[in-house]
Amino acid sequence: MGSQAPAAAGGGQTQRTQYPYVTGTSVIALKYKDGVIMACDTGASYGSTLRYKSVERIKAVGKHSLIGASGEFSDFQEILRYLDELTLSDHMWDDGNSLGPKEIHSYLTRVMYNRRNKFDPLWNSLVLGGVKKGPKGDEKYLGMVNMIGTHFEENHIATGFGNHLAIPILRAEWREDMTFEEAVKLVEKCLLVLLYRDRSSINKFQIAKITTEGSTIYPPYSLKTYWGFSHFENPAQGAVGSW
Amino acid sequence: MSSIGTGYDLSVTTFSPDGRVFQVEYATKAVDNSGTIVGIKCKDGIVLGVEKLVTSKMMLEGSNRRIHSVHGHSGLAVAGLAADGRQIVSRAKSEAASYEKVYGEPISVKELADRVGSYVHLCTLYWWLRPFGCGVILGGYDRDGPQLYMIEPSGVSYKYFGAALGKGRQAAKTEIEKLKLSELTCREGIIEVAKIIYGVHDEAKDKAFELELSWICDESKRQHQKVPNDLLEHAKAAAQAALEEMDAD
Repeated sequence: MGSQAPAAAGGGQTQRTQYPYVTGTSVIALKYKDGVIMACDTGASYGSTLRYKSVERIKAVGKHSLIGASGEFSDFQEILRYLDELTLSDHMWDDGNSLGPKEIHSYLTRVMYNRRNKFDPLWNSLVLGGVKKGPKGDEKYLGMVNMIGTHFEENHIATGFGNHLAIPILRAEWREDMTFEEAVKLVEKCLLVLLYRDRSSINKFQIAKITTEGSTIYPPYSLKTYWGFSHFENPAQGAVGSW
Repeated sequence: MSSIGTGYDLSVTTFSPDGRVFQVEYATKAVDNSGTIVGIKCKDGIVLGVEKLVTSKMMLEGSNRRIHSVHGHSGLAVAGLAADGRQIVSRAKSEAASYEKVYGEPISVKELADRVGSYVHLCTLYWWLRPFGCGVILGGYDRDGPQLYMIEPSGVSYKYFGAALGKGRQAAKTEIEKLKLSELTCREGIIEVAKIIYGVHDEAKDKAFELELSWICDESKRQHQKVPNDLLEHAKAAAQAALEEMDAD
């Protein structure tokens, strides 16, 4: 990934990342009463092939945050390495303070925007969520930053296809102070729609939550799907053929 | 030990006729005049302790740290010129970070000690650099278990069971040798280290001091961290008690 020098001798121009290879699809996240919940499927596609089926696209960062990524998986791995270095040096200060989600989001925005300006982007849409004690008590934070450096903060976030399929549901049904169970139900509703309609999603999901107690990434599980629609029973009925 | 190296002590690139590099020896003097630092290797980890001499009542407690984390699994205690020490710590941090970047694995304590030793030694090879006026005790816990290294201003780095630098090093070493380190746990070790530091502290010459204690052990999940406050207070109390007992004799 990144700039690739052409094989031809005589050193021509270096090329920049043109397109991603191994990609993850949507990530959904929303704030709820105790913190932030984030979910995505565990698949990574190689073009149109659903190549890898047990990929963790949500990781904990430090004590207060979760990061979820869609897009090029190797770029996500590199971003995780940057975050490891960041959190290690933060830890070694040993000054009673630690980086919160807002700070990490800000750091990632700088990284993404700077790469875009060099025409060599990290091909991801990143979702950053967390809870940290602030002057007004425990402050929940949820934001996203993408490969061109666009970044914002919201009560609910979705990347990729989620932008089109999940956000309308979240806008209609999200409320302040949802319980964990209500939040999971809402997230599962979105994940199910994505499973039906997004070709790159697989039926294996992971939910993660972050609260003041810390982060938890739950083991993967599947959703029940329903295919018993009457139209599927006799798909050719009413279809006009040319034969 | 104070022999005048007249003429042969002006530059670190000059040997004396009897094969000594006086500038390095003078650098060691800076270490010998600093507050005592102690490191011991217990059966389940390392304990590092520093007698941090407080030069002014205005200084905030907990500032001017002398024990630094170099990586998740290692800590460095510094004796001598504090600013020089900070430079060594900074270099050690960057060596550990670059090793992990290249090899994908945390640096082993032995490798880290070698690199710090090389860096300190480097500054004894050129006339435009002065040797570091500080010695460090590096304690770490990797897959070969807990290890303790001491690096002196000359750049030598040896592996130890127990090490001490600074004013009270002779007395501290005597005390360390009395301990049965292979049977000591870190919980017991921190009390011993506190006792040693309180013991070697010279009430007459230096007034106030702050005890800095850190450990890397199974209990701290093999991470280098300051000893938790409750254990620290307990160790200080035990050390005070031991001192009073000694004075009472």
